[in-house]
Amino acid sequence: MEYSVKENKDIESSVPLSSTEPEEWTMEIKSNPGLFDLNLKELWRYRDLISLIVKRDFVSAYKQTVLGPVWHFAEPMVTTLTYAFIFGGIANISTDGLPRILFYLSGIMLWTYFSNCLLNTSSTFNANAHIFGKVYFPRLVMPITTTISSMIALGMQFILFILLVLFYYVRGENINTNIYALLTPLLVIMIAGTGLGLGMLLSSVTNKYRDIAKLVGVSMRLLMFATPIIYPLSKVPDKYKPIIMLNPMTSIVETFRYGWLGTGSFSWNNLGYSLIFMLVSLFFGILAFNKVQKTAIDTI
Amino acid sequence: MTVVVRVENVSKKYQLGNIGTQSLKGDFNRWWARMRGKEDPFAKIGDESQHQNGEFWALKDINFEVKQGEAVGIIGKNGAGKSTLLKILSRITNPTIGNVKIKGRIASLLEVGTGFNPDLTGRDNIFLNGAILGMTKREIAAKFDEIVDFSGIEKFIDTPVKRYSSGMYVRLAFAVAAHLESEILILDEVLAVGDTEFQKKCLGKMDDVAHKQGRTILFVSHSMQAVTTLTNTCIFLKNGQLKSQGFTQEVIKGYLQSDPSALEQLIYIDSPSNLEPKVTKVEIESSESSNSQAYGKPMTILFNISTPSPIKSAALSFQVMNSMDQPVTHLLVMDSEIPIARKSGLFELQCHIPKVRLYPGNYTLKVHFADRFSKQKYQTIERICPFEVGVYGEIRDYYWGTGNAMYVEDCDWSVVCMDQYSKV
Repeated sequence: MEYSVKENKDIESSVPLSSTEPEEWTMEIKSNPGLFDLNLKELWRYRDLISLIVKRDFVSAYKQTVLGPVWHFAEPMVTTLTYAFIFGGIANISTDGLPRILFYLSGIMLWTYFSNCLLNTSSTFNANAHIFGKVYFPRLVMPITTTISSMIALGMQFILFILLVLFYYVRGENINTNIYALLTPLLVIMIAGTGLGLGMLLSSVTNKYRDIAKLVGVSMRLLMFATPIIYPLSKVPDKYKPIIMLNPMTSIVETFRYGWLGTGSFSWNNLGYSLIFMLVSLFFGILAFNKVQKTAIDTI
Repeated sequence: MTVVVRVENVSKKYQLGNIGTQSLKGDFNRWWARMRGKEDPFAKIGDESQHQNGEFWALKDINFEVKQGEAVGIIGKNGAGKSTLLKILSRITNPTIGNVKIKGRIASLLEVGTGFNPDLTGRDNIFLNGAILGMTKREIAAKFDEIVDFSGIEKFIDTPVKRYSSGMYVRLAFAVAAHLESEILILDEVLAVGDTEFQKKCLGKMDDVAHKQGRTILFVSHSMQAVTTLTNTCIFLKNGQLKSQGFTQEVIKGYLQSDPSALEQLIYIDSPSNLEPKVTKVEIESSESSNSQAYGKPMTILFNISTPSPIKSAALSFQVMNSMDQPVTHLLVMDSEIPIARKSGLFELQCHIPKVRLYPGNYTLKVHFADRFSKQKYQTIERICPFEVGVYGEIRDYYWGTGNAMYVEDCDWSVVCMDQYSKV
């Protein structure tokens, strides 16, 4: 009896507190925020942080190196030369009649960008565990900065690529740059979006299971061979073609080569498939990332 | 006063072993064991009330409110849930149950220099760190001069911070944080860094922020001293639950009495070393319990020293420091007066003060240990054995206002009648 009276009192005293004051809170930290509670407005407020981190990545990556940003060219160039020698010179894999350097460089730079976006994003929580554990800012900032930083590197490689295209053109090689080259910005966005989307999807798992992070690293290396990077799509036997076409990167790489170099294949259907793939992966990626970010720090 | 932070029924659950197997195999084993109705092979054994079915409740049903302009301390021993609470308030992790409502911009400082990049200059790091803490470029630019001024490293502002001394690094980092534009500031023991002078500057700045600028502060610290100086009210957490809440002095008193391990901090203990002479223990035997000393009553200070080799001319001394960290008295003992540690081993020294004349207030000890022959200073131990001098049982028609004096001299008053006026 006494107990129930006491309980009533408690309710009476606590109810007016919350109901009579129509209080305005700037922020609520909830135990179970909605799945679509993205808070993009907040992300926008942190745009300065994004630009500063991009700047930091760029500046600090080449501090105390003599060549500085030249390394951005050196790395893909070395890979390109190696591939040109091994896959072209020794294994004699066809390049659809294109100069080997151009053929491999175009594939390598696009693939490197995709792979960087995906791998860096997928390890967002583990790589930034320290900073995430000490300060709050929208976690999406980190994948976005990675994407932008890698895009800068891609941009520099792209300049190198154009110079080489000009060089071979002047030398009279069979290069037919056409109107489809204008699709390049879209292609880059598609690579970024797919890498980001898949990366975010994986980041929600890798932060709990470190095994996945290793697995992702290995699969990315293998996946490269399921993309027409070191071989043209035209040389893929018909029975394997559908499998290769499932890879969203396939049509992107092929479109890029088609636009800039004039060989390869292009179809709006295939590109449309890659676009839808990107949108779907981005959608689920953001959802998963958003869900995991709230408590990710507990699992790292 | 409006409520700016409201914590409602906040609980936080952790999986035991911190979701812990970190691998698919581990989780698979756990799942397999559960399917067969066996015990979780990764569960840790513990019988505390916080542990249930492989879960650990770091916080349970926390409710409190903070009003605008209040400075609130959060105390409790390690593992009481202080850090978890701060993490939830600063949005690093979400609560399992419950809500936190916040009015105004919130900035948290759980560490100084988060995100500092060693390769960047001081200038770049101010911007980067400021942005990480939630400021925009424009806000930082507006405060830039103030920040540099406070840090006192104008000359090196364009030097990469990896060339900084650790002190300079901390100064710069703290300077950025201290100039955050936010209505609510969350602080975690960041004051435990830097040199004493800078620490005081920081404390001063914090005090300024809390009391003059009317900002709200939530402050976690193990230093009762800092909590007392900075905060008016306190929250005491124990095993994830809110134990008491109220005026700082009272909550601290309750905390010290209820928590035997908090009392251990009243005693300085260190393990002996095979390499060098060391002070291994300093303990105050005060007239009242838990380092409370009555003014005018005797007090004894016990020192244990250990030395692996004989010391030729040992000297041990201690200063009594007041709450402003100023020395009030310096008492010393030397080998030339009484032989100390002339052979290797463990020694106990006692210093007996027959009548404590320190003015009522809070004090700590600063202990020095040296060899006067080799001119080698073994140790300086600062801010240990905090004790409080109070007036107990001394009934006098006198107001012992804080800070009126450093100590009270022994004296005898007498009144002598010199001349007598003629009858009025």
